[in-house]
Amino acid sequence: MSQADLDVDALLTRLEDALREVLARRRLDAPAMIGVHTGGAWIAEVLHRRLGFSEPLGYLDISFYRDDYPQSGMNPDVRASKLPFRVDGRNIVLIDDVLYTGRTVRAALNEIFDYGRPAEIVLGVLIDRNGRQIPIQADCAGGRVELEPGQRIKLTGPEPLQLAIRTGGR
Amino acid sequence: MSTAAPADIQLDASGRLRHFLTVEGLNRELLVRIMDTAESFASVTAQNVKKVPLLRGKTVVNLFFENSTRTRTTFELAAKRLSADVLNINIATSATSKGESLLDTIRNLEAMHVDMFVVRHAQSGAAHFIARHVAPHISVLNAGDGRHAHPTQAMLDVFTIRRCKGGFAGLKVAIVGDILHSRVARSEIWALNALGVDEVRVVAPKTLLPAHVESLGVVPYHDLSEGLRDVDVVIMLRLQLERMGSAFIPSEHEYFQRFGLTGRRLEKAKSDVIVMHPGPINRGIEIDSAIADGPRSVILQQVTHGIAVRMAVMSMTMRAGSDMEAAA
Repeated sequence: MSQADLDVDALLTRLEDALREVLARRRLDAPAMIGVHTGGAWIAEVLHRRLGFSEPLGYLDISFYRDDYPQSGMNPDVRASKLPFRVDGRNIVLIDDVLYTGRTVRAALNEIFDYGRPAEIVLGVLIDRNGRQIPIQADCAGGRVELEPGQRIKLTGPEPLQLAIRTGGR
Repeated sequence: MSTAAPADIQLDASGRLRHFLTVEGLNRELLVRIMDTAESFASVTAQNVKKVPLLRGKTVVNLFFENSTRTRTTFELAAKRLSADVLNINIATSATSKGESLLDTIRNLEAMHVDMFVVRHAQSGAAHFIARHVAPHISVLNAGDGRHAHPTQAMLDVFTIRRCKGGFAGLKVAIVGDILHSRVARSEIWALNALGVDEVRVVAPKTLLPAHVESLGVVPYHDLSEGLRDVDVVIMLRLQLERMGSAFIPSEHEYFQRFGLTGRRLEKAKSDVIVMHPGPINRGIEIDSAIADGPRSVILQQVTHGIAVRMAVMSMTMRAGSDMEAAA
């Protein structure tokens, strides 16, 4: 894996193009965008601007929906979720930075459905990596990478947005 | 603080909340973390389903040895909005049902595999006592013990101040009324000072102030109009009529004449002052109805915030499986 493959600008552009294509093909009118804290929210802020969505950007912190709370306890850095639009009947573009096990997306979907019943949800991620533990797939990805089990890919930001691969530890 | 320091028992080895018994001794970082977590829970009420699955499968026991409808209700709602199951147990308190019988009650509930006790008791130290004796996986929250502490009330009050004023720096806060019998006042004074307000005043007749109250880090006033001058926040306390015999105040009427919060007195405070009261209100004794129901009052916001704050401390104290093993 070369550092060139982790060029955030290039990944963002590919994700943006893929989202435009999917939104047009599926004829998703008046979509609203939701970013998952923290990395997904940074990515969503850029895409929301570039795609020119009229609804304000929504934010989800999925800490209250995580499936590992009984093991690891409360996330000390939890943020407020904020969906400044009605979810019922809405087409939604859900954005996260890295799709790995799928558990974060599972939690985010559960939280969205507690706000209402959306029409369709499109999942866009900056990086789709191997290691899925539940059957969740992205509709759009900026790039795909194969990593060793001990390796993690981490987005830092928001300025500048950078991706790095780390081996071992958390 | 050195012997059986009350702050220690409520923290685990890594400094995280294990029980929530008092705010005294908790540092600013932890107080801010509780408020930040409560802020996140406040957004849950915007959901169609006003519930998050965090405490699914956990059982919370409201163990109330003393009646308090509002506190019990908000703890119950907080637990339910976290998806916990709630058991309400009202135990009429009597001088004889203490000591061993209290522990027997606890042991029986433990045998039913519950996860958290919310304890209200007329005796100071009751929640600490239970926390010292429960099984290691159980968390204890103090919902008011005698004159000692009512930490979730103190936290919801500072949370309300932060939401209304944006922060604590530069604020002047007056706590008015029955400081002596109040379990909230001490907790509040500690929290306000730890969070860095400019000045905490206590305003009360001498008979309702503890001796050496200055040592708590407050400025005492015995005249309400003087004490309210230029304050940003007024916290009224309920006159605990049921806890006082005679001799503390001459009469309710005279108390209102001297220490009742009226519109005319409130003019001495800053124009954007907020008025708080933990409830239930004694209208016409400590506060004029026009003020309690008026535009400066945030009394009902306090009730709403109480649920978010209680959700925060419940989710932060619920024992995580991993450090249970580490502690064992």
